[in-house]
Amino acid sequence: MAQNEQKVKEPLFHIAKRSSIVWWKAWLIRLAVILVALMISGLVSFLLTKENPLEIYSVIISGAFGTERRIWNLMQNLAMLLCISIAITPAFKMRFWNIGAEGQVLVGGLASALCMILFGDKLSNPLLILVMVITSILAGAIWALIPAIFRARWNTNETLFTLMMNYIAIQLVAFFTYKFSVPKGSGQVGIINRTTKAGWLPVLGNQEYLLNILIVLIVTIGMFVYLKFSKHGYEITVVGESQNTARYIGISVKKVIIRTMLISGALCGIAGLLLVAGTDHTISRDTVAGRGFTAIMVSWLAKFDPIFMILTAFLVAFLDKGAAEVSTQFGLNRSFSDIIMGIIIFFIIGSEFFIQYTVKFRRKEEA
Amino acid sequence: MDNAHKGGVPALQLQNISKRFGEVLANDHVSMSVDHGEIMSILGENGSGKTTLMNMIAGIYFPDSGKIFADGNEVVIRSPKDAFKYRIGMIHQHFKLVDVFTATENIILGLEDNGKYNVKQCEERVKEIAGQYGFEIDPSRKIYEMSVSEKQTVEIIKVLYRGADILILDEPTAVLTPQEIEKLFAVLRRMRDDGKAIIIITHKLNEVMSLSDRVTVLCKGKYVGTVKTSETDEAKLTEMMVGKKISLDIERTEPKNVVPRLNVKDLSLCSHEGTEILKGISFTANAGEILGIAGIAGSGQRELLESIAGLLKAEGRIDFMSPGSKKTESLIGKTPRQIRNLGVKFSFVPEDRIGMGLVGNMDIVDNVMLRSYNNGSSLFLNRKEPRSMTDRLISELEIATPSPKTLVRRLSGGNVQKVLVGREIAADPTVLMVAYPVRGLDINSSFAIYHLLNQQKKNGVAVIFVGEDLDVLLALSDRIMVISSGKVTGIVDARTSTKEQIGLLMTGNAHEKEDSSHGAK
Amino acid sequence: MWIDFLRRAFMQAIPLLFGSTGEIITEKSGNLNLGIPGVMYAGGIGGVIGAFLYEQNAASINPFLAILIPLLCSLALSLLMGLIYCFLTVTLNANQNVTGLVLTTFGVGIGNFFGGSLVKLVGSDVPSINLNATSNYFRATLPFADKLGWFGQLFLSYSFLAYLAIVIAIVMAVILKKTRVGLHLRAVGENPATADAAGIKVEKYKYLSTCAGSMIAGLGGLYYVMDYANGVWSNDGFGDRGWLAIALVIFAMWKPNFAIAGSILFGGLYIIHNYIPNLDVSGQELFKMVPYVVTILFLIFTSIGKSREAQPPASLGLSYFREER
Repeated sequence: MAQNEQKVKEPLFHIAKRSSIVWWKAWLIRLAVILVALMISGLVSFLLTKENPLEIYSVIISGAFGTERRIWNLMQNLAMLLCISIAITPAFKMRFWNIGAEGQVLVGGLASALCMILFGDKLSNPLLILVMVITSILAGAIWALIPAIFRARWNTNETLFTLMMNYIAIQLVAFFTYKFSVPKGSGQVGIINRTTKAGWLPVLGNQEYLLNILIVLIVTIGMFVYLKFSKHGYEITVVGESQNTARYIGISVKKVIIRTMLISGALCGIAGLLLVAGTDHTISRDTVAGRGFTAIMVSWLAKFDPIFMILTAFLVAFLDKGAAEVSTQFGLNRSFSDIIMGIIIFFIIGSEFFIQYTVKFRRKEEA
Repeated sequence: MDNAHKGGVPALQLQNISKRFGEVLANDHVSMSVDHGEIMSILGENGSGKTTLMNMIAGIYFPDSGKIFADGNEVVIRSPKDAFKYRIGMIHQHFKLVDVFTATENIILGLEDNGKYNVKQCEERVKEIAGQYGFEIDPSRKIYEMSVSEKQTVEIIKVLYRGADILILDEPTAVLTPQEIEKLFAVLRRMRDDGKAIIIITHKLNEVMSLSDRVTVLCKGKYVGTVKTSETDEAKLTEMMVGKKISLDIERTEPKNVVPRLNVKDLSLCSHEGTEILKGISFTANAGEILGIAGIAGSGQRELLESIAGLLKAEGRIDFMSPGSKKTESLIGKTPRQIRNLGVKFSFVPEDRIGMGLVGNMDIVDNVMLRSYNNGSSLFLNRKEPRSMTDRLISELEIATPSPKTLVRRLSGGNVQKVLVGREIAADPTVLMVAYPVRGLDINSSFAIYHLLNQQKKNGVAVIFVGEDLDVLLALSDRIMVISSGKVTGIVDARTSTKEQIGLLMTGNAHEKEDSSHGAK
Repeated sequence: MWIDFLRRAFMQAIPLLFGSTGEIITEKSGNLNLGIPGVMYAGGIGGVIGAFLYEQNAASINPFLAILIPLLCSLALSLLMGLIYCFLTVTLNANQNVTGLVLTTFGVGIGNFFGGSLVKLVGSDVPSINLNATSNYFRATLPFADKLGWFGQLFLSYSFLAYLAIVIAIVMAVILKKTRVGLHLRAVGENPATADAAGIKVEKYKYLSTCAGSMIAGLGGLYYVMDYANGVWSNDGFGDRGWLAIALVIFAMWKPNFAIAGSILFGGLYIIHNYIPNLDVSGQELFKMVPYVVTILFLIFTSIGKSREAQPPASLGLSYFREER
């Protein structure tokens, strides 16, 4: 209408949800953001060390890939991080905020360690390892099951519940490490069964980490198949996306929550087993070293896709190793890598906004 | 009313208001006015644009064109705050209240009064307002402890507290019991006598007649007319409201091999708050027939279908007469999975397409297999059959999609619905329930859906069709069951009934004559 | 012995009280900031950096500046952390849990990094950071406290930050309960759409409360390092107190005044193992899990009982986007 000539002040632009974005555009945005983040990290490093930024980048790369030993270390770190990320993924896909992986892995590791200590000289090695596998899986699963039951039955907030479970696990480990400390009272258990190597996972082809890496690879592919091709995986997606739809087609939401958390916890238990029996051969409250939390970022950044998770876990493991090398080379504190990682992940988190939303400018429409 | 006209200037006047949402013209040059000391009803069917029009006065939407005058001065209302500036307040159908706050806290929320914040003082003011108009309210009670009617009282006081002189109520009686409605009306009359202008959106004719001074009728976004309540009656209003009969070119075959398939008896359901949603509903759905269900939105249609599908736990009887054997299965109290395990093939197209019927973030194939994914004993999914079924649906129903792997939420409304209806029909049902299957669809998609329903009928399926457009219901159904406030007010023959008849039934006038083959005229 | 226990419990309680008061007002706006542990590290190291630079560069130490500079540095760094969190979760609608966890990694990293490398970074020749001089001012207590026997010991023998923690908790409780700002803030956390419709600026409230909450929580880190730890930074020394502060929020039922009693209880539970006779080290470790077990039990009881007063703000953890209805 022509008579509508009031001066209408509408905002110049507004934010709207994108209905879709071409996949390559999304990845282009992510890539660009990672590059910007790397530049900022370089700048921060430069400010702190006054070294040539290019020099810093090359140290990062050599820190991760410099020697064969470093590459294996990187692979091992990548494998452990990936394993935990994979473990929590089904829960997250179901929108169950399991931030208790730290604890679930730790009790899994604790179960392994206790078996090694208690049965190390009583059982034959294959039998011992079998017992360890079973107990760690059970321990992890139970640790995850407790919050799951309360969530399914009474809708108890799982974020806070699983968070608290972490610290109970840590104190439990502290308790046992004092109980079985070597030497007595030191608060450390030291390398368990150093001479007999009872309960140590076998070494494949002279590469001490190879078995771990292979197991994690199998777990990753298994999870990919489970989520994508199994009926359970399908139910997880439906429950996560819309509980109403789950009800509509007759999926029992409670059952899916409990079953999925059992699987998630069991895999965390396996990660604990690999850390204790396959890598460290000891246990302490720092065995998991925050991987349970880092894994959440890894899984989330990969959009809960196990195959992409190899990539995001690699990014994180690589940055961690590389930045660690920077700190040793330039005499900085080891925590330098946490800062760099923080900056880069902040950028990636922020970039999702530009993938999901679009800025629309208003155009005056003439009626 | 004696004090109706303050110097002859209406409290609020709308001139040629239009508003378009995408393809839909929600308001097409609507004009109306309301005076101080007057209750004005806005009457119209669902989708006639009543709420849209009122939202433009309340500052929720902004009109595409047209003018608004408050007390004779032209005003621009861009936000609820602007509306309050002109003393306009709206009580929405869905309450905007914070559950853990007290009534008073909700009432004063967002007010930026200068001076000290003093809850006691505010409570006094609330009590004062309540006393003035005869509300019953405890200002320090928490919202979550309140009944629906008390919550509504809070909303009304909230508006009055802000000094509103023009009150708009969007279907205020939809959620109330008859006693509560009487109380509300008493309060509204007192406010009118106090000189306030009151606009009430409704589609219940008896309420219009008993409460309002004048009625403005809208039909499909267009202004039909304004009449004085004293100079009209329910039949005339119904005629204005439903408009002229439009003949739709929907084919309707004579039902063949009609046998009872689903027998519902005395079905009742209570909500969490304890209000009765379904009150003893009884009907029979026959194979080879389309049973239309008409009623004002929110009369219990959704709950009825969900109860039959096993999603809600209702009381009463639901018996299924198996087509092959003569066996009768009782379905009451069973879950969807138990019903399916009995071999009963229900298909259900719910009102919420994405969010209940479909998962927006899954592709078409995965959505197509929602019903069937669990078939067989394998741990793994079989996507082969769903994939070929998807291809078939895409070509048969002409679903416009880049690929079968496209996420459902990226499809347009019509295509989403085709996926949903297509999947439900492909399950080869014996009973097909559809709720508002053409809502938001264009003409072509709508006709495609009607055609599908007709085919199911020919195949001997018992089709239950919940609709809102009376023309469509009359043209498509064989029988029409009308429900009002959770009760069946009549089951009529669709071939011989008129829109007016159904409109009257919808507004709660149960018609006693069971012989429905003779029209009321 | 009892007096000593209570005194120590109270000293343990102060960082927890800062942390949980900060987290409570953050959560009241609907932001679940799991970055609080990191924020508290940042607050602590902020104070250390300020004090260190001041001690290094000032000819003589002025008591007023010795407190003001670390205090401002601490507040500035925690504010920065709060701003990062808000920008990502409020402006960019990022996932709150993930953002919070990264913020914790980042904050702990900043704390440990500067704690370990500060000396080298500024090229100073001191062997390690020791801020005894400034710390003495932070630890200053009322001069007559020790003359008043057990009463003085129990109630008056703390530094100003300890009393500040209680004052802030009470003030926050009053603001939340008795003021319009508090009412609006609670509305934002409970139901942002309703608050928005009532004309409350949701984003503004989220930013303000989260940033203020971060600054308060950061003071907990400052208290820990400048008072409790006598100005000596040790990496990871602050430990898991940040998470304990988050647990305390649940226990305090999102009420800062309850957090005062709760923090003293948690502080007591944190050190009770030292006071149990005949307890070996391993038993002590078991006792340290008590606060977490208590929190879980509390969480379970409140969810089973569906007690409306003990529930988190209804929109906690969700980002608000107006056009999403």
